Order: sequence, then structure tokens, then C-alpha cells
Amino acid sequence: MKFAVIVFPGSNCDVDMYHAIKDELGEEVEYVWHTADSLDAFDAILLPGGFSYGDYLRSGAIARFSNVMKAIQQAAEEGKPILGVCNGFQILLEAGLLPGAMRRNNSLKFICRPVTLRVENNETMFTSLYEQGEVITIPIAHGEGNYYCDEETLQKLMDNRQIIFRYHDENPNGSLDNIAGIMNEKGNVLGMMPHPERAVDALLGSADGLKLFQSIVKYWRVKHVVTS
Amino acid sequence: MYKVKVYVTLRENVLDPQGTAVKGALHSLSYREVQDVRIGKFMELVIEKSERDIEELVREMCEKLLANTVIEDYRYDIEEVVVQ
Repeated sequence: MKFAVIVFPGSNCDVDMYHAIKDELGEEVEYVWHTADSLDAFDAILLPGGFSYGDYLRSGAIARFSNVMKAIQQAAEEGKPILGVCNGFQILLEAGLLPGAMRRNNSLKFICRPVTLRVENNETMFTSLYEQGEVITIPIAHGEGNYYCDEETLQKLMDNRQIIFRYHDENPNGSLDNIAGIMNEKGNVLGMMPHPERAVDALLGSADGLKLFQSIVKYWRVKHVVTS
Repeated sequence: MYKVKVYVTLRENVLDPQGTAVKGALHSLSYREVQDVRIGKFMELVIEKSERDIEELVREMCEKLLANTVIEDYRYDIEEVVVQ
């Protein structure tokens, strides 16, 4: 299975993402610059965290018009797994691939520390290896993770089980309904503020993020590898 | 040539954490009469005259990029300037 890590000017979690896939997950991975035209060679797309275009105007607002976003839109339509973490999530929101928007954290502070999350839906290509309701520890690192959407959208997210992760012990940023990560209706685009790629080895304090990537591989194998 | 001023603010029903903090600071400076503070962005655009209707053009830019209409409202002033 081959992963793409999209690199925008100002991405800074791209190396962590690459490391998680190559060294911890043991799958193929390549960096793809934001000017790329095609993502046909890849089976899954990862949008890493960071500060694309310095967060100018709004987080993700400028990156979402990058050339590569056309290919990401197409990959989303084709049903390929797409994961946006932190700034990657913000870009997916700005691009309209996921509903809602981000506000500044309630505290107005940039918060960087491990938090506990509850897996709200384990029947997805991203979470199948977690238990339903499992509580996991994953670090966050953001100043704008205060998720917002209107009531109608929230109801839709709940009805379709698109809320994948909620903050468990405490809500660090004030996000609506304790939302930490949501998926699109089709189930192949996930955006989340916490950084699973920073929790792939016990040495890093937690390996709880690894199962997310392993779930993607499992999904891909079941779909693409013919077993006799 | 047009000089366009664009103002972007968080929508009324969206809590503005920056505005809330600034309101608190004004209160602590004993400006108790301050009811509400909303923080936004101000942008100045210089736009060349074209065949397109200027208002339509500005609105399009606001909708596409300058504001995120999920959480933000925008308004604008358009002023025609004569280039010497």
C-alpha cells in the first residue's frame, strides 16, 4: 500500500507522518509537493499538520486553493482514504470536503499536550481496529481547534455517525459537542485535530495512534488483495 | 480603478473568544458600559476596472476566499478612484 504525505509551504508535521508510515507502520510512503497534478499513484492521502501559508487569512484558507487540491478532490470522489490532521483538517474544512469551520481555542492559547479521546464509531476504514468507546491518548498541538458547525449540520453528523472522536476527560479548546474528529458522509475522508502520527511508539508516550493507520491498511488489503 | 474596503467579522451567533477577552480587559479598565466586542479583519483591495461588475466581483472574492461564510460575515465599501 502506498501513502502520499502532502507538503504545503509551512507544513511541519510531514516528517512525523512519513516516519509513522515508513518506520512504524512499515508501508510505502512518499512526500508530494502541493503543486502536484496527480495522486493516481497513491492508495491513501495524508494531509499533515503545520502552518500552511503561515495561517494567513485563516488556517487552511490559502492551501485549499493549491494545485494538488484538485487531485485530492478527485481521490475523495474515488473513495480513497484521506486523513487530515490538525492543519490538514483545517484545509479539508476550508475545501468543503468536510463540513464546519474552526475558531480560535476558547482559551486563546496554543495548546500542546496529550489528551484522551473516545472512539465514537469503530465501523470506519480509519477506526476498525479500535473498540467502540475505547479511550485513547493522543497529543494535540493547535491554537485553532475549536470546531463549529450549525445545528442542522451537527444533527446530520450525529445521525450518520460521522463524529469519530470526541474529547473524553476534558474539552481542551471549546469545540462543539466535544468534537475532536469527523468524517464525510461517504466515510473516506477523516479530519481530526489530535495527532495520531505523534503517538505511534511507546517511547513517544503513547502508541494509540498506530491502530488508526493499521485500520487503513486493513481496509485496503480487504478491498484490494485477492486471497485464494 | 477601485479602492475596496472589506470587513470580515465572526457571525453574530458564533462565540468570539478574542472579542470576549478584549471585553473583559475593557471592563477591568472600568469601561463597564462596553456591552460587546467583536474582533474582525479589515482588508483594502485596489482593483482595476474591468468588464465585470465590481460589486459582483468583490462579493465573489469574499465568498470564495476572503471570508469563511460558515462562521464569518462580510461587508464592503467600494470607492471609485481616478488615477492621475
